[in-house]
Amino acid sequence: MNITPLTRREALKRVIAVTATLAALDISSFGAAGARGIGTDPNLLKKEIPWPLVLTDAEKRATTALADVIIPADEHGPAASKVGVTEFLDEWVSAPYEQQEGDRKTIQSGLAWLDGESTKRFTKVFAEITSEQQTSLLDDIVNDGTDANKKGFNFFRLFRDRAAGGYYSTPEGWEAIGYVGNKPMAEFPGPPPEVLKHLGLA
Amino acid sequence: MSAYVLCHAGLKVLMLEAGRNYDPVLETPMFQTPTDAPLRGTSTPDKHFGFFDATVNGGWTVPGEPYMVKREGDGAWQEASDWKAHETNQNFMWWRPRMLGGRTNHWGRIALRMGPYDFKPKSRDGLGLDWPFEYSELEPWYDKTEALIGVFGSNEGLENTPDSLHNSLQPAPRARGYELLTQKHCKPLGIPVIPSHLAILTKPLNNRAACFYATDCGRGCSIKANFQSTTVLLPPAVATGNLDIITDAMAREVIVDKMGRAKGVLYIDKETGKEERVTAKVVLLAASGIESARILLNSKSALFPDGLANGSGKVGRYLMDTVGSDLTGHIPALENCPPHNEDGASGMHMYMPWWAYKEQLAGKLGFARGYHIEFGGGRRAPGMGVNLPNSKTYGKALKEDARRYYGATIGFAGRGEMIPNDDCYAELDPNKKDKWGIPVLRFHWKWSDHEKLQAVHMQKTFKDIIEAMGGKVNGKPELDPEKAIMAGGTIIHEVGTTCMGDNAKTSVLNQWGQAWEVKNLFVTDGGPFVSNADKNPTLSIMALAMRNCTHLAEEMKKGNI
Repeated sequence: MNITPLTRREALKRVIAVTATLAALDISSFGAAGARGIGTDPNLLKKEIPWPLVLTDAEKRATTALADVIIPADEHGPAASKVGVTEFLDEWVSAPYEQQEGDRKTIQSGLAWLDGESTKRFTKVFAEITSEQQTSLLDDIVNDGTDANKKGFNFFRLFRDRAAGGYYSTPEGWEAIGYVGNKPMAEFPGPPPEVLKHLGLA
Repeated sequence: MSAYVLCHAGLKVLMLEAGRNYDPVLETPMFQTPTDAPLRGTSTPDKHFGFFDATVNGGWTVPGEPYMVKREGDGAWQEASDWKAHETNQNFMWWRPRMLGGRTNHWGRIALRMGPYDFKPKSRDGLGLDWPFEYSELEPWYDKTEALIGVFGSNEGLENTPDSLHNSLQPAPRARGYELLTQKHCKPLGIPVIPSHLAILTKPLNNRAACFYATDCGRGCSIKANFQSTTVLLPPAVATGNLDIITDAMAREVIVDKMGRAKGVLYIDKETGKEERVTAKVVLLAASGIESARILLNSKSALFPDGLANGSGKVGRYLMDTVGSDLTGHIPALENCPPHNEDGASGMHMYMPWWAYKEQLAGKLGFARGYHIEFGGGRRAPGMGVNLPNSKTYGKALKEDARRYYGATIGFAGRGEMIPNDDCYAELDPNKKDKWGIPVLRFHWKWSDHEKLQAVHMQKTFKDIIEAMGGKVNGKPELDPEKAIMAGGTIIHEVGTTCMGDNAKTSVLNQWGQAWEVKNLFVTDGGPFVSNADKNPTLSIMALAMRNCTHLAEEMKKGNI
């Protein structure tokens, strides 16, 4: 094995080659729309969304209205839009990753369809109709065999699952679902008596 | 572990780390909620195990550092690109971080001892390879390793599931509700459910705090309650004054002198892209099983044209992973459970060790080696995946469903022994190089019927347990042997490729992890393994490294090396 140090010229050549490769990699990590992902070494203590948000104001109004019909306020917690689900869905569908890009197509075309269907039926977009009208449209979408079901159910289901994910992953959503952890404790107590009873282990 | 032992023995150590410096005390997101992360922390092509996972600059792919695989139904070599283990059709998946402390920062903390059968599997059933020593040889090193890193668990006196006889264990935490329910219903099936052994403190140790039963261990632990080398081993090693670390140093090859002795290491400085050389009396590889083999295969010279320490042709051979197969079930008894805190020590508090040794030895099962079951469920911090079985619900009904079904799913994961075979190995790709100019590996992989039938047995067992609990399998059990088993490498327990043995013609290393052909060259990661018991390998890797580095230090003091 020759262990003579590299000549300056060789060393420079190698540095240039490496730099060129790095530049190529940086470019390839940009998404199709020119947006950048979070990268492989993000600061885990700081939330940064490096991609631009794509939903229009009209799409955001429809998103808020639909998310709040799907996840309304009740005794366990607030409505979806009150805990940032609209902003979250905008962040989600704008992300430069394959799954989110697929969701963007489904959700943007679905929101347009929803507003169109609402206008056809009630002469107003989904965000502006009454809650009874909103419910009647959603009931139609989840009812097998209807025209609205054929055209809107896949969108509804995807939107619902993403909205629910966005909702139940917030501290308010945790309370609404019954998650009471993420708190330090000196000892792990195990299941309390009412849980043992519920499970038939008491 | 190697640096820790050698530095404490008074030897000067220089460590080359391929990744960046990393400090869990400063960088770990503790208590951060999904709202503190992009996309609620969900997995992305950039962070394969989610935003908060400790892995830095890596995962199933490492930017600029490819490996070559084949895909199902396609004979051509191609770069690995998949990042979802459950969906891949690659023949092999290889998880690599690029950070100080490597995978010890995010690992599952499951710390199981191999048992007496596991060291002599060939003697027991005629298959695979025997280790060059018995369990009794490694037992004291398991004791020392457990006491040093902190492992909780219990002694149950079960077959081939060793007890820790010298007070090296910390007390196990109490079981969770669903774990007790599973235990109750496994009893009639003859499946033991016992406290797991995890490398997490339940009592303070060496200025490390005990677990406070919150936040996910996979993020790392800023209070040092779980084991990661960056909090537990490296700081005391540095404190001896004997350890220097160079990060962003990508080792390319071991350099040798005219006599064929290891002289040092040639590495690429990732900051400058320049080649650098460092010299030492002894070179020790602990780059992870496969990566150490890659370095040896790339260490070609006139004296060693097929790579260093490879006279046997065994470098890269006998690559093993763990057999993996999983299934989830819906358990109605867990619906609408009263809210209570089930976070616990992040990982499972209970598990099922292999129970059918006797039936297996009698040839009644159709596959030769066993598996243990890891299971999880319960009321964990909800992220993007909300369990809403009825696809039509919305409104108040959806919110009721969310509460009702939360925590009512249990997932079972079988983790089984793979027998080494001639068809599973890594070799240098003749053409492909990484961005540092270093030839990359390509992977050959073929499960034998022993592994495939074991995976089918797992599926049947999971179904039996789920149904015994009054539950229903989600989907259906996979009984096709070709499909029941996950791709090689996906369990991230890859070991072998620099096997130990008692014969220089058939192994790379002797029982001390010392290369037969190069007296001052050692390997102390998972590479020396010659079998891969169902027990997760990390604890055994550390116990073996502690034993072998203690031996190395003694030999150096005697002047033998």
